[in-house]
Amino acid sequence: MARIAGIDLPRNKRGVIGLTYIYGIGLSTSKRILAQAGIDESIKVQDWNDDQLTAIRTFISNEIKVEGQLRSEVQLNIKRLMDIGCYRGVRHRVGLPLRGQQTQTNGRTRKGKRKTVANKKKVTK
Amino acid sequence: MARSLKKGPFVHYKLYKRVTDMNESNKRTVVKTWSRASMILPDFVGHTIAVHNGNKFIPVFVTENMVGHKLGEFAPTRNWRGHSGNKKK
Repeated sequence: MARIAGIDLPRNKRGVIGLTYIYGIGLSTSKRILAQAGIDESIKVQDWNDDQLTAIRTFISNEIKVEGQLRSEVQLNIKRLMDIGCYRGVRHRVGLPLRGQQTQTNGRTRKGKRKTVANKKKVTK
Repeated sequence: MARSLKKGPFVHYKLYKRVTDMNESNKRTVVKTWSRASMILPDFVGHTIAVHNGNKFIPVFVTENMVGHKLGEFAPTRNWRGHSGNKKK
């Protein structure tokens, strides 16, 4: 079982893909890690031997911010924006898009599920 | 696209002059400005700058965290109080 940064990697996937299950590691970072560790990208996670595992582990813990650490950094950045009261911080606070997108329609990712207003007037022809 | 580094950060020259003058003479007065696009420089920290929002001047007290942002980000131009009947939590 390959456990890296507190995450169980899927054992029957290729190494490059398996590493991307860690928060903070995407395809390009994953490729960089394996290149640095000198491991072929196509070796499956279950076929890594202990040396390769430790090589990957040390590289990740030394050079890359992942999982909890990264999450808290992101949260701190958001908190900073909210604390200084700038426009982006305000938008974070009210849960609306930050980058000038329209909000009359769409923007559901930020706004969440539609909240229906009771007795809203219907458009009459 | 990001601004060319060669030019340095944009700050309205009169605003910059007012702030540097104040720094030299150790005065702290509120500076009115319409230049919302000016970037906040480290020199501005501790000053209060009144930024125009199209209607009136919003006093902005500059702290260290604000460096690198634009002045306009701290003076909202829209005033939306919510729908009628919406109770604030």
